[in-house]
Amino acid sequence: MDNTKRYERLLERYRNGDLDRRRFLGLLGAAGLAYGVQTPFARMALAQEVQQVRFDGWGGVVSEAFRRYAFDPYTEETGITVVDGTFSGGDEYLAQVRSSQEGEYNIAHLSGVFDYARYVNFELDVELNIDNIPNMSLVMDALTNAFRSITPDHLSAVPYNYGTTGLAYNRAHISDEEIREKGASILIDPAYEGKIGGWSDWRTRLWYAALQTDQSPNDIQDMDAAWDAIRSHRDLALKYWGSGAELMSLLAEEEIYVTEGWSGRIAALQEQGHDIGYYDPPNSFGWQECLFVIKGSPVEACEELLNFMLEPETSIAVAEGQNYPPALDGTKVDLGDKIPTLPAYDPSGTLEALTFADPEYWNGNEAEWSETFSRVQRGF
Amino acid sequence: MSVEAREKRQPWILLSPALGAVTMLLLVPLIFIVVYSFWLRSATGPDVVGFHLDNWESTLTDPFYRFILFNTLKIAAITTVICALLGYPAAYFITRSSGNKMLLLLLLMLPFWISYIIRTMSWINILGSSGAVNTFLMSIGLISSPIQMLYNEVTVILGLVHFLLPFMVLNIYVSLDGIDTNLEDAATSLGATRWQSFLQVTLPLSLPGLAAGGLLCFVLGAGTYITPLVLGGPQDAMFANLVFEAIITQLNWPLGSALSMALLLVLGSLVAIYNRFLGMSQLTKGLG
Repeated sequence: MDNTKRYERLLERYRNGDLDRRRFLGLLGAAGLAYGVQTPFARMALAQEVQQVRFDGWGGVVSEAFRRYAFDPYTEETGITVVDGTFSGGDEYLAQVRSSQEGEYNIAHLSGVFDYARYVNFELDVELNIDNIPNMSLVMDALTNAFRSITPDHLSAVPYNYGTTGLAYNRAHISDEEIREKGASILIDPAYEGKIGGWSDWRTRLWYAALQTDQSPNDIQDMDAAWDAIRSHRDLALKYWGSGAELMSLLAEEEIYVTEGWSGRIAALQEQGHDIGYYDPPNSFGWQECLFVIKGSPVEACEELLNFMLEPETSIAVAEGQNYPPALDGTKVDLGDKIPTLPAYDPSGTLEALTFADPEYWNGNEAEWSETFSRVQRGF
Repeated sequence: MSVEAREKRQPWILLSPALGAVTMLLLVPLIFIVVYSFWLRSATGPDVVGFHLDNWESTLTDPFYRFILFNTLKIAAITTVICALLGYPAAYFITRSSGNKMLLLLLLMLPFWISYIIRTMSWINILGSSGAVNTFLMSIGLISSPIQMLYNEVTVILGLVHFLLPFMVLNIYVSLDGIDTNLEDAATSLGATRWQSFLQVTLPLSLPGLAAGGLLCFVLGAGTYITPLVLGGPQDAMFANLVFEAIITQLNWPLGSALSMALLLVLGSLVAIYNRFLGMSQLTKGLG
């Protein structure tokens, strides 16, 4: 609490009659004396004041939108500079955070509920005061509840956007009817051998293997069948892509005709004029991204920045830039013209149409499955 | 202090900044990696501190790691041989060229000015379905649909050769440049043909450079992970990719440490064998 607020509270108590005049003046005098005594040391203390907050995200248009709509107005109002960094992958970023000093990294635009759980497991979470983030009232409860299932007594992040990893296909070679008929199994269809792609992420591979073997992705009973489906896909695939840019390049250059893909990236390809279709098969992989505050960060300053980032103007600009719907509830906020047309957008605000990964189930098996996938990928 | 004692101390004083840097930036991190390799990764993520041999046991006995290690060494060996076959004539030509030697050396160094990743990715634009080669072949009517040339072991080796060839050429060049050309003339005057003088005089004398280039190419090739990631298919991986996956994807730093130490030991042994027979001086010559 700053001094101004202390004096205001003192004055309020005096006006309410909780303090007599003598005691009020005495406390003011004591405060003045204390200020005078500590002033020489205050300059040193200033060095400890929050002067900057670091934000790490995916870069590109998202960073530009954040800079314009959130960071600059935030700096103008608080005097706190926002240093924005970028990362190419959540795993790599977590490795950086783990090897850093506390406070070095502050807010990160993380993927999925997995990352939230992983950061909590590594005790990298903080306790946010949601009262300091009034714009949280505009966020869909369904997204926040996913985090609350991991940390029931507190939140260390605010939801920011969501999307799906569905099927992306080249319409010149695969019709809309065919993709609807075959669904996830098209990724193991020998007819497209050498023209199939896939994300190198073990979770996505297993998720789609579950769909290909008619199993629930959040409760795979026959693991052998799932691994066999991954082997089939591996043998038919030309390439496992590792980034959104690579996914777009492979589809745009017609190196591959079908792959699973991120809804926003496919929307971007469609915007560029490529005839790429996007289809979410039943139980398609839904996910959300959040703004996570990392342990050791100046929490109050971060909360204020999060509120700026959740402002509808900022959220909508970022969403339109990256083609992923924002976490804001469409029934509470006017999201404009473009967002309702984005893939995966849920106008109900409940997200009941999407299937999200159960973090407990997936993170509980992460150690075993990620290692097994590494072997299966290489022919074992 | 006597003059003798001062003279003894002087090299150490001069070396101390470099030794300090090597200690802090190489030895200390290496010790951390060794220590880490004996820890364990818990099911929830955080590491379990202690002395456990599990990571070393699986690194040394698991056939999966052996398979990838042998595959890595195979790819590195093929790359080295190709680099030697392509690099030797190039280095010979540069050494024997009189007027434009500096220009040729400059051209050789030119790729180093461009990022290795960009150089690797450039093959996608050359060999891709809509890349230069396919476009040309289709435009002259030789093929009707693109040939699939990318994302296999051959393109991984191609990318590595592209990356490592300058190292090989430079090493051989340094070696050839140091050979007295009168020796070849002497051999010719004694009745040897040009080919014989090359085989019996020049080639044996340039072998240390060839070996140094070979070692550099092999070690750098065996340690790479970007090339298979960009130009390889789903199954193409080298040992460094497993280290990357263990540390970054699986967050299993202890296993990743054991794997990286294993690779270091294998490559370190090769360097030690090279040093035993040829000495490290040739290697430093080649590095300029």
